[in-house]
Amino acid sequence: MSKQIKDFRGTPLRESDFQEGKVLYVHDALRGEYAWDTGIAIGHYLAGLKKGVILGARCDHCRKIVVPPRTVCEWCFRPLTEYVPLQDTGTVNTFSICYVTWDVKRIEKPEIPAVIEIDGASPGHGILHKLGDVNPEEVTIGMRVQAVWKPAEEREGAITDILYWRPLKEVKKR
Amino acid sequence: MSERVAIVGVGWAGFRPSTPYQSYKELMYEAAVRAYADAGVDPRRDIETFVTVSEDFHEGTSIFDEYTPDQLGGALKPVHTIGGDGLHGLATGYMLVRTGRFSLVTVEAHSKASNILTLPYITAYAQDPVLNRPLRLNPEYIAGLEMHRYLYETDTTPEQCAAVVVKNKRNALLNPLASFAADLTLDEVLNGPPVAWPLGRHEVAPLADGAVVMVLASEEKARLLTDKPVWIRGIGWCNGPASLESRDWADAPHIREAARLAYRQAGIRDPFQEIDFAEVDDTYAFKELQHLEALGICLPGEAGLLTEQGATEPDGEFPVNVSGGSLGVGHLLDGTGLARALEVVLQLRGEAGPRQLEDVEVGLVQSWRGVPTTSGVVAVLSN
Amino acid sequence: MGMRKVAVVGAGMTKFVRRAQETGKELSWEAVRMALDSCEMTIDDIEAVCMGTAPDAFDGLHMKAEYLSDGAGAWLKPYMRSYVGGGTGIFAPIQGWYHVASGLFDTCLVVCEEKMSSFYPHAQAAFLTIFDHTTERALKPNLLWIFALEMNRYMHTYGVRKEDIALVSVLHKRNAADHPCALLGEPDITVEDVLNSEVLAWPVQRYDVSPVSDGAVAIVLAAEHVARRITDKPVWIEGVGWCLDTAYWTNRDLCYPRYVEVAARMAYEMAGITEPRKQIDIAEPYDPFDYKALHHLEGLQLADRGQAVQLYIDGTAARTGNMPVCPSGGLLGVGNPIAAAGLMKIAELFWQLRGEAGARQVPGNPRRGVAQAWGDLMQVGTVVVMGR
Repeated sequence: MSKQIKDFRGTPLRESDFQEGKVLYVHDALRGEYAWDTGIAIGHYLAGLKKGVILGARCDHCRKIVVPPRTVCEWCFRPLTEYVPLQDTGTVNTFSICYVTWDVKRIEKPEIPAVIEIDGASPGHGILHKLGDVNPEEVTIGMRVQAVWKPAEEREGAITDILYWRPLKEVKKR
Repeated sequence: MSERVAIVGVGWAGFRPSTPYQSYKELMYEAAVRAYADAGVDPRRDIETFVTVSEDFHEGTSIFDEYTPDQLGGALKPVHTIGGDGLHGLATGYMLVRTGRFSLVTVEAHSKASNILTLPYITAYAQDPVLNRPLRLNPEYIAGLEMHRYLYETDTTPEQCAAVVVKNKRNALLNPLASFAADLTLDEVLNGPPVAWPLGRHEVAPLADGAVVMVLASEEKARLLTDKPVWIRGIGWCNGPASLESRDWADAPHIREAARLAYRQAGIRDPFQEIDFAEVDDTYAFKELQHLEALGICLPGEAGLLTEQGATEPDGEFPVNVSGGSLGVGHLLDGTGLARALEVVLQLRGEAGPRQLEDVEVGLVQSWRGVPTTSGVVAVLSN
Repeated sequence: MGMRKVAVVGAGMTKFVRRAQETGKELSWEAVRMALDSCEMTIDDIEAVCMGTAPDAFDGLHMKAEYLSDGAGAWLKPYMRSYVGGGTGIFAPIQGWYHVASGLFDTCLVVCEEKMSSFYPHAQAAFLTIFDHTTERALKPNLLWIFALEMNRYMHTYGVRKEDIALVSVLHKRNAADHPCALLGEPDITVEDVLNSEVLAWPVQRYDVSPVSDGAVAIVLAAEHVARRITDKPVWIEGVGWCLDTAYWTNRDLCYPRYVEVAARMAYEMAGITEPRKQIDIAEPYDPFDYKALHHLEGLQLADRGQAVQLYIDGTAARTGNMPVCPSGGLLGVGNPIAAAGLMKIAELFWQLRGEAGARQVPGNPRRGVAQAWGDLMQVGTVVVMGR
């Protein structure tokens, strides 16, 4: 092949083939439900979020603070046991301006996902979240941002206890 | 090429109906730490490649291999996942060492069955979506169909199947990792509620959480690390007919073929004589009998008799599932085969505590991926 | 004792289409039949089968490989499925390699199948479940996010311009016009077409992305002594490498794929390659998005960091250039049925190195090529070096 072979198999269908009933199909919806144990490290993380605190974990061996916390350092394989409260401010490491939802629906007002390096964690250590209260055209890499939390009574111990991150208006030091 | 491959470290965690205090990562980590301490290795420095075993729908996460490296010490190293049973992972580690490219390999498999709220639906999605799934039957009906045809063709009796349950759950009384040990009578098993007649509730292995990690080594490395290596003498795996429409409902030809491959590598001609004991898949009680026959331990129809006569008891001629099997220990989903292998390793090292068999040199371990599959693995281990 | 040499001796593939009438089993079977026919073998000559197929969620099929087994020719044979996300298409041949190199088997069939169209209404939604169920999934992340985040970081760090990145899409889609199985070959596409296409997740636009597709590819592997009996033109698997980085993808700098570098160095060491830019004639880096090809060329050490786009600007990457990149048309042009798309690159190198690539043939009797795939959460590199 591929020179010698003239006939490649594979039969393309069109949307109209379905609408006109030319092809039969079976439709089924999955019913997969799970209740994942959060365990020790992520359990602490979620409990922290409920209190309005972002927790990291310290590795004394590698001398760094990571977020989200974990029970083992993936680089030295030593256990991490100390949880460290971090600040709810950070720096945009990278971002996107997204005009489609996760299930591919077009949206007019874009979502702005970002990786946000958290203040108090080691450099380069961030989390995935969304930006808000900002003109998409004004977002830049390196922008300083602050978490906007749900009211305390509405928090449930989830990543969505932070509604979004908005630009931080810092007082310039002289 | 490195011809001989040894298991030089084993570790486990969980083995309980639920493990709410640990995430799957933490469960894997506990098993891994134990295995590395057992082998005397540092994973970041010493382990060259990692094999994990999982199925996405058992985890509730697509592309689950994403989440495997960190807790095994495998970050930024050659790690890959096998969609199979734990013993498929063991076979993969065996091949990797035999290439000569790797001398220390980690193999991992686990279950967080307690986190799956709709397991019968998940298992049903393994059926053909057009031909079988629309019938909306609990997939355990397939085990009922297989059992009925197996009893019909081999003259095995329901009592003989129930004897497997009695034996395995009693064996489990001596195994601290077993969650479903019990001292039942034959009548209690036979009079239990049916699931898919003739299959009864007591004849179905209950589910458990747990993780197993093993460290495999080339012969050269094994000699340096341990004076109790357990050798993988042969390992075979095989898939039979995938569809329900084309299978032999009474037989397990895939296990027969997998055993042939394993025995050929191990140089075994008469498994009953040359092998001392076995850990055999008993997801359903009749499967232990069907699998023993497919493994060539006896002829079709004889396994029930052997069980009734006590030959497969711990003090019998050919002990089977001394650990308690899946019926006694609990079924670990994709981790089941590796959990069975763990028992064989402990027995061959003489570390099985109160259930230690005397003078064992060669052990057999076999797994099956459960309904609706015809997929299984057979391995021969020796000390 | 040295390692057993393993060769590719046959290859086959179906067309890559948006939506195939054939089931996954049937697509697998078509590819297998063509691969066996191409080297005049029958399924009885095959001792083991390896399957590569991406997440079960696409098909709504649990234990998908078990379902596909008879279509893949695995009936009563040793059969195993490996997966490393998007890297699977290049990992499956590595899996086949260790099956044969282990000495357990002399022949091995490697099949990669993908039927993405089954997912309703759109395959992309299945990707929600690749994110961490506790710390990320509640944000309803979109698959496009991670690519857009990575692309933005890459452009920002090295100052790479979007209009230059668009050259990748243009070249690959034009190359694909010569591929008989291609879904999106476009001989006349221009940089303006790419830059004017719909914005999905800035900086990612419609033409920066490869299309979801259905398709299957199969190759036949054989140990040296068998390969030489089967064909005069075996193509050897000279080096393999793979690497999985940490799952904590927000703790790493996305500007550079170090996991690809580790995998590439592993494969080059095995292949005895010390100067990849001189010793590799054809590159098939993974290109589900245009910037990804650049990213991966850098990870493969075929360009300096942030400089891969120069290969496209100066014509090095063209089919007639010094180091053609994706002469097949890549995922951007031929289509992206995930695992099958990776194995398509192996099939392309097989045909190119045998001089059988027809209209796509790279001139100058190429001797050695590298194929690479990527996957998971910006995390996996899989690399195969092939030579004749």
